[in-house]
Amino acid sequence: MRGGEAIIESLKNMGVKTIFGYPGGQTIPFYDMLYDSDMDHILVRHEQCAAHAADGYARASGKVGVCLATSGPGATNLVTGIATAYMDSSPIVAITGQVPTHLIGNDAFQEADIIGITMPITKHSYQPKDPDLIPSMIKSSFEIASSGRPGPILIDVPKEVQEGELTKFDDSLISTPGYNPNTKGNIRQIKKARDLIKQSKRPMIIAGAGVIISNACCELKKLADTIEAPVMTSLLGKGAIDETDDLALGMLGMHGRKVSNDYINESDLLIAVGIRFSDRTTGRLDSFAPDTKVIHIDIDPAEIGKNVDVDLPIVGDARNVLSSLNKLLKDYEVSNDVKSWANMIREKKQELLPRVTYDDVPLKPQTVIKEISEVLTPESILTTDVGQNQMWAAHFYNTQKPRKFISSGGLGTMGFGFPSAIGAKVACPDDPVVSINGDGGFLMVCQELATVHEYDIPVIAVVLENRTLGMVYQWQSLLYDERHSQTLLGNSPDFVKLAESFGVNGVRITKPGETKEALSNAIKDNEPVLLNVVIDSEEALPMLPPGAGINEMIGEYKLEKDVI
Amino acid sequence: MTLEYHVISTLVEDKPGVLQKVAGMFNRRGFNIDSITVGKSEVEGQSRMVITVHADEKGLEQVTKQLNKLIDVIKIKDITQTAVKRELCLVKVSVPNAKARAEIMQYTNIFRAHILDVSEQTLMVELTGDKEKINAFISLVENYGIKRIARTGLTAMSRGV
Repeated sequence: MRGGEAIIESLKNMGVKTIFGYPGGQTIPFYDMLYDSDMDHILVRHEQCAAHAADGYARASGKVGVCLATSGPGATNLVTGIATAYMDSSPIVAITGQVPTHLIGNDAFQEADIIGITMPITKHSYQPKDPDLIPSMIKSSFEIASSGRPGPILIDVPKEVQEGELTKFDDSLISTPGYNPNTKGNIRQIKKARDLIKQSKRPMIIAGAGVIISNACCELKKLADTIEAPVMTSLLGKGAIDETDDLALGMLGMHGRKVSNDYINESDLLIAVGIRFSDRTTGRLDSFAPDTKVIHIDIDPAEIGKNVDVDLPIVGDARNVLSSLNKLLKDYEVSNDVKSWANMIREKKQELLPRVTYDDVPLKPQTVIKEISEVLTPESILTTDVGQNQMWAAHFYNTQKPRKFISSGGLGTMGFGFPSAIGAKVACPDDPVVSINGDGGFLMVCQELATVHEYDIPVIAVVLENRTLGMVYQWQSLLYDERHSQTLLGNSPDFVKLAESFGVNGVRITKPGETKEALSNAIKDNEPVLLNVVIDSEEALPMLPPGAGINEMIGEYKLEKDVI
Repeated sequence: MTLEYHVISTLVEDKPGVLQKVAGMFNRRGFNIDSITVGKSEVEGQSRMVITVHADEKGLEQVTKQLNKLIDVIKIKDITQTAVKRELCLVKVSVPNAKARAEIMQYTNIFRAHILDVSEQTLMVELTGDKEKINAFISLVENYGIKRIARTGLTAMSRGV
């Protein structure tokens, strides 16, 4: 068996059926061996999209996503995708070709020190110098990528190692004695959490991506029900709880729901689970829950106390910790104080529901998201790009199940929405997959229309067209005297024609009701389609300006209850 | 918060790129390494790194936790309080005249240092000790004119079992 075959064999042993990649000079041996194998390979049209697709696959399925690129520019094109996965704790394995070992360091053609370049954005990396090490390195990569706090792993394989014969297929040659994530959670700390919860009169839960990653959504729901605590989420925590639940308040933070931002500081106990308290979630730190006790549950000890000061840290897997905590709370009885707090929040949630009903033309993005919500089932997957489109989707779309809302949170990568939807659709072929994009971000990755066409991947790409780089435009409007420097995109391209040139059906939408109809048809037809939705370029969500506290939003928060 | 000087002893895998990972992490997270020394440890395939860093309490906690996250880092200990700390320093001092030569040789004896090389105009002194001792010696011989200094950075080991 040769090195390249060992890669394929090892990936199969890890349960991989599909990889996303783009060949090049230093991966020709691998691709030659792939030719004879039954491994599915999806040829993307830019390496960055291979990484995003692997990431989308991982987030939708909970399994490790795999992407492949050649050395040098192929590898550096993966960097944005790897960094995106790193910031959002997504398990991907990126395999790159490298120039032959004897040329490494010589500035050979298409040589780049990709291990060095990706060191700060990978959880770990390997470079097999001997084909015998390939099975062990791949096995170890999958274990590290998917355990503890997940993250991307890079394996850089020199060309002659792909071609070299293995003496033996053995995947137990590598041990990682320094890697022992603490998953269980210290029981004494969990007992202290129980005591704090019992003393609390106004408890609140804030759930992050960690809840989804550790499959702890049932445990979270049980805790919330037991102690009648309202649940807010971070952007990536969307789906940790069914957002149609009357105590699920929705997203918190810079563009969060008013009810979350207004009432978090009223609580006396904040139970934070699987969240890293990013600046976009907290606003200014000293006015974030200043008089509130904080319990922080996370598998990564480095996240505890990094941003928000914590009264009770619990290091461990969210699911393990929450299920221990739930056992300890069996005899918990909801006090009258807690009851009236929960009821007050329930009322406020209804009262402060954001307005989504408009019949304006040009369309309000709120209406577009509302119509999408009306068509999609709880099983449907929604991916977003980055910017206003992302915040509108996060704000107005009620996610009901985990792994059904996929977005680039930490890195905020424009161009993530469409390729991650491709990965999600490959992972979950039976669920409708819709990606919401802006016209700016979509144009960064529109070449993947060729991919969805060639492989007949029925992803629905919604392109919200406002002909601006909306988020920056919005900041310029609010904070920079309406000096719209370099944020006007002009009137090109025609997105319908663009889609058609790739063989993908395009629909132009300008009026209320049309999104709903076109989306229903697209799901029925089960074909890739682009919905080009023309929206009002002046519409913007209220926001926390830089340096503001969580309850100091600017801009008018329009309410659904005010609709006449 | 006050910055304090901490000595962290770290057991790491003896593999290419580990020093880069550790140093890169410090740089990326905005911590300054004062010194770092690396060498083989008592375990085959593992090296010991001794890192000195200026950090406040919160910073030190982050440094330790972030170091722990590196897969190649096996064990970390803050040994600031308990450790014997030593650094090796080579100093080349100018010797303007015979009187200076005699004085420098006296200082060398007092500091239990050694003379490694002698030329007509210079003396090379090898000195071992903690930071303060080395700084004291350097400031004593500064007046004669220092040609060159090479310091290894601190290595350290905790006392007792």
